[in-house]
Amino acid sequence: MLTAAPILIVWLGAWGLNTWLARFDTRLTRLLVALIFGATILILWEMIVRIYDVPSVILPAPSQIGASFVENRAILWTDFVQTILRGALTGWIIGALAAIATAIAIDRSPFLRRGLLPIGNFVAALPIVGIAPILVMWFGFDWQSKAAVVVVMVFFPILVNMVAGLAATDPMQRDLMRTWAAPYWQSLWKLRMPAAMPFLFNGLKITTTLALIGAIVAEFFGSPTKGMGFRISTAVGRLDLPLVWAEILAAAIAGSLFYGLVALIEKKVTFWHPSQRA
Amino acid sequence: MRTALPVLTVLLAIILVWYVAAVAMNATWARDQAARADVTLSNAELVRQTLTQDRPVLPAPHQVALGLWEGLFGQKITSKRSLVWHGGITLSATMAGFAIGTLAGILLAVGIVHSRAMDQSVMPWAVASQSVPILAIAPMVIVVFASAGVTGLLPKAIIAAWLSFFPVLVGMVKGLRTPDQMQLDLMRSWNASAAQVFWRLRLPASLPYLFASLKVAVAAALVGTIVGELPAGATAGLGARLLSGSYYGQTVQIWAALFAAAILAALLVMVIGLIERLVLQRMGLAR
Repeated sequence: MLTAAPILIVWLGAWGLNTWLARFDTRLTRLLVALIFGATILILWEMIVRIYDVPSVILPAPSQIGASFVENRAILWTDFVQTILRGALTGWIIGALAAIATAIAIDRSPFLRRGLLPIGNFVAALPIVGIAPILVMWFGFDWQSKAAVVVVMVFFPILVNMVAGLAATDPMQRDLMRTWAAPYWQSLWKLRMPAAMPFLFNGLKITTTLALIGAIVAEFFGSPTKGMGFRISTAVGRLDLPLVWAEILAAAIAGSLFYGLVALIEKKVTFWHPSQRA
Repeated sequence: MRTALPVLTVLLAIILVWYVAAVAMNATWARDQAARADVTLSNAELVRQTLTQDRPVLPAPHQVALGLWEGLFGQKITSKRSLVWHGGITLSATMAGFAIGTLAGILLAVGIVHSRAMDQSVMPWAVASQSVPILAIAPMVIVVFASAGVTGLLPKAIIAAWLSFFPVLVGMVKGLRTPDQMQLDLMRSWNASAAQVFWRLRLPASLPYLFASLKVAVAAALVGTIVGELPAGATAGLGARLLSGSYYGQTVQIWAALFAAAILAALLVMVIGLIERLVLQRMGLAR
């Protein structure tokens, strides 16, 4: 009971500080509150591991994870290149381009739109990760099969969003283009593509994490001797949990950066949209 | 009727493409076999052989359908080869995780809406938590729990819960905040307590958002459970079925398990949709 006292004190103290700070509600205090909350969790985690002597096989302390991260920089970098840059990013770009092209093709035919959209929506909700073993069988163990899994995973969410985006202009605007005698492609490029951008970026942002997940999970079904999924499964086998957590940390950082990058491009491209002007 | 015809056409086209692809992808193996046996295949024979292989590169649709039928109805549902049995195990973990995740999401959302400190401290980290590719580390979670002596349903359910809590949290926060100033002012002018505002105004107003999130969450929970089953030593569940199929090159088994998972996901989303319709109708919110 006594050992829990310092944990409780730290927690209550930080919470009290946060409640007090939250009342000011400025940009600075908002950031501070979030940071304090995050730091508190890390400190509590470290304290719990130290005070109760939790074996690192079950839960390594944040300090151990950090040490492992610094120590294994080289390994983490090769894994990052293999899984994120080769597998996830290549697949994501191919999948996005394919989805955009398909969406434009679908857009020309109302029949296809009515037929493909329900199926696309249905497929988007399915456990697509399951196709990983099949694609690994087809495309081999290297990053190509991971990219293929990512292509399939990101295709439908982007497709559904892009089709919705192409339908986003209102009839008045389209009529205006027609009265100016704009041909199909011109009205597509000048009016409907820009209007579709907020929708497209919504799909692109959703699929950043999907791409990461697809690339890593596919590695469980066979991979060369590098890559995040490979490292996680082998490190777990050797019970080197700090390294596993370091990989997780690397994946989380990569995922946040990827998302942040897409959000940044979105801001540049759709600067005119109300959600960006607020 | 307006959508049925296009959907059917597209489905037919997919099946057609699938058959063509199956012939094309399995042809190499069939030709190799024929060359080894020193016979030349006519085109008709080639097509017939590519569609009836035991371990095809791409099983033909009817092979998958047969495998699925065999798995679902071909044996007693207690048999270890029954997809119903495997699906049941996956379903129970999914439901447990979905329940935990939904409850956690709703409770957190209620806290966030009512406490400014919680809003500012929890919400940014809840968003950040989604950048951790939990699906990718699911196998580790399972192994760690197993080394701590916890096996079976709970570790899988935790992964499912982690995946399903976020959509519920976001949807509920948005839903609980939908009542506008006018409605809140009205409640205040009736001298309603905070609890009354919550139960009579905020909660009912949030239900449409909740159900939209639940549909996303239940599909996510299923994916989480299936991935969580991958390292379980390939014993039980649809994920284990996928993995053992991939180990032994049983492609038909992989595809059958995949379709079973897809059907399960569709059924779960449909059930939520049905409950949604009933509840919203009862509340007079049906669209």
